[in-house]
Amino acid sequence: MINKNEVRQLKIEQSLIKRHRSERRFRRLGLSAILLSTLCIVVLFTDIISKGKGAFKLTYIKLEVNYDAEILGVDPMVHDALEKDGAQPYALANFQGLIKSALRKRFVDVSGRRLRRELYGLVSQGASDDLRRRLIENPLLLNKSETLWLVADDDVDYFYKNSDAGGTVSDRISEHEQDWINDLSQTGEIETRFNAVFFTQGDSREPELAGILGAAVGSFLTMLVTFFLSFPIGVSAALYLEEFAPRNRWTDFIEVNINNLAAVPSIIFGLLGLAVFINFFHLPRSAPLIGGLVLALMTLPTIIISSRAGIKAVPPSIREAAIGIGASPMQVVFHHVLPLAMPTILTGVIIGMAQALGETAPLLMIGMVAFIVDIPTGFLDSATVMPVQIFLWADSAERAFIEKTSAAIMVLMMFLIFMNFLSVILRKRLERRW
Amino acid sequence: MLKTVLADKDSSQLSSTDNVVGMPSVAKTQIQLCNVNVFYGDKQAVYDVNLDFKQHEIVALIGPSGCGKSSLLRSINRMNDTVEGCRVTGQLLMNDKDIYSKEMDPVALRANVGMVFQKPNPFPKSIYDNVAYGPRLHGLADDSYELDEIVQTSLIQAGLWDEVKDRLLDSGTTLSGGQQQRLCIARTIAVSPEVILMDEPCSALDPIATAKIEELINELSENHTIAIVTHSMQQAARVSNRTAYFHLGKLIEVNATEKIFTNPEQDLTEAYITGRFG
Repeated sequence: MINKNEVRQLKIEQSLIKRHRSERRFRRLGLSAILLSTLCIVVLFTDIISKGKGAFKLTYIKLEVNYDAEILGVDPMVHDALEKDGAQPYALANFQGLIKSALRKRFVDVSGRRLRRELYGLVSQGASDDLRRRLIENPLLLNKSETLWLVADDDVDYFYKNSDAGGTVSDRISEHEQDWINDLSQTGEIETRFNAVFFTQGDSREPELAGILGAAVGSFLTMLVTFFLSFPIGVSAALYLEEFAPRNRWTDFIEVNINNLAAVPSIIFGLLGLAVFINFFHLPRSAPLIGGLVLALMTLPTIIISSRAGIKAVPPSIREAAIGIGASPMQVVFHHVLPLAMPTILTGVIIGMAQALGETAPLLMIGMVAFIVDIPTGFLDSATVMPVQIFLWADSAERAFIEKTSAAIMVLMMFLIFMNFLSVILRKRLERRW
Repeated sequence: MLKTVLADKDSSQLSSTDNVVGMPSVAKTQIQLCNVNVFYGDKQAVYDVNLDFKQHEIVALIGPSGCGKSSLLRSINRMNDTVEGCRVTGQLLMNDKDIYSKEMDPVALRANVGMVFQKPNPFPKSIYDNVAYGPRLHGLADDSYELDEIVQTSLIQAGLWDEVKDRLLDSGTTLSGGQQQRLCIARTIAVSPEVILMDEPCSALDPIATAKIEELINELSENHTIAIVTHSMQQAARVSNRTAYFHLGKLIEVNATEKIFTNPEQDLTEAYITGRFG
């Protein structure tokens, strides 16, 4: 005879088997979700890094250059007179000719117009600016020779960096050019170096001379404007809504609207910026000031919502204690509520800033999409931002821009990772137990 | 009969020479409550209370849960101002000044009427900063030496000095429950208020900590008027000079503590005291 206790035990055991099975299933599901997302991240990073790492190296060609005054077409006397008038020194001088003559000297047996044109294509168009700078720094070089490393053309650069892998033979490099490049590499006159140009120059039509400094500075200035607008306004609004506002229909209405604004597509803020800031207030298009204004509008709801959460989390007992001692409402807020809500507020701010850093669509609407070569120096200068720069380069036809695009993406992602890391550290540091 | 003495006379007739049983013969009236009603929205919590507090006496407010003792207490230092929809009617005078008049600054009032809450709530700052907060706020110390002195005196008076004197910079939240409550009391007396309101200060503490705080209350009454709301009748009997019994928002009886607990005049009081309902 089976007694009641044994039946009960059996039932429990059976249900335990089922429970364990479903728990194992759930754990497997969770693990596979993590693995899948990790896989996606690894694929993404591998793709970007493999495409972009080439951009951090730049090919240089060693040449002996003679600052021949005749080729330059510079009459020293006329030049000095011009300089005294304040004209740009050597503005019209033919530095390109110096490079051509240096190349001819190096590859003596190259003759014929077509071949020579290919030869001249080995060195970057921007190398003539380097020569000009050298001569201005050191005027004694006139009619003297010196050996320089000059930036190679972008097709040469791409070919040289990738041919070592024994792979693609570029169709933009002719057979002759390949021979010359091999010749140079055998005599050690061509090498790749760290691409400082990428970090110190602005955008350029020549891919080998393009850099992200202009976009980086533009991003920085825009972020400054965004931060100094959205942080005080957002935190003050959250404080007012939580601490001082009466609970009535109007404040409910405001709260609903703020929550909805956080979900509005960012391009709408761009349209708003276009209509109000540019068309109505006539602020300068494409300036970090406008970009900052538009992004601040976009970040405000995020900051307000996270600040409210932080302020709500401060226990009422602390407020009561402060009021009981005789602190005024403002003193309660600034001495007790804000410091305790700061970790959450700062986390929200950093996340909002990181989002704003990666925004492209609204900035396209207000015109930060122009081709800007100069590094912006003020808030009203024309500028572009990093995501827009990536967008422009991705659109470009030249192959060399592919690796530049990926490299720029890597730089942007480094910033974002750093900001998120910062928010985690801040939250841990400032967490207080009450 | 004592209860009628206080209930029938209005504030203009009360004078400091009224003889109150069990009290020193001349005691100044510190706080007067006349016909006080407290409403939370449409709900009324306190009905027509007339009660006086004499200087340096300890008055216990007892009664079953939800009978309006805390509401009444909180209306004395205007803590109810922070509650939405709370209305206080009637006349509340402190040192013959209307507490709810437009000229009375609640912040200044609370510097004079301190409050200790049920659950210890030290600020998440250091012990020193907790006690120094009040004096700093009201500018009571001219320099840091004076501030140190005030902090030390308050902690000594609260009976906490010996335990924390070598760790004043530790966070206030690292103390035990009883110590935290004594810290809150030290924080309150650091601004030297005339009146201290205590809302069930020992209900979250163990018996030994409770005993320490009751001893403290006795010492404090030399310099402060104390009103203490308590659920424990034994505590009221041990600590207070006078006891007021509340029932469903009305003041039923107020008398010398000894009389209330040995020979109460009202039936409701007697029923509560003898434990027929809690």
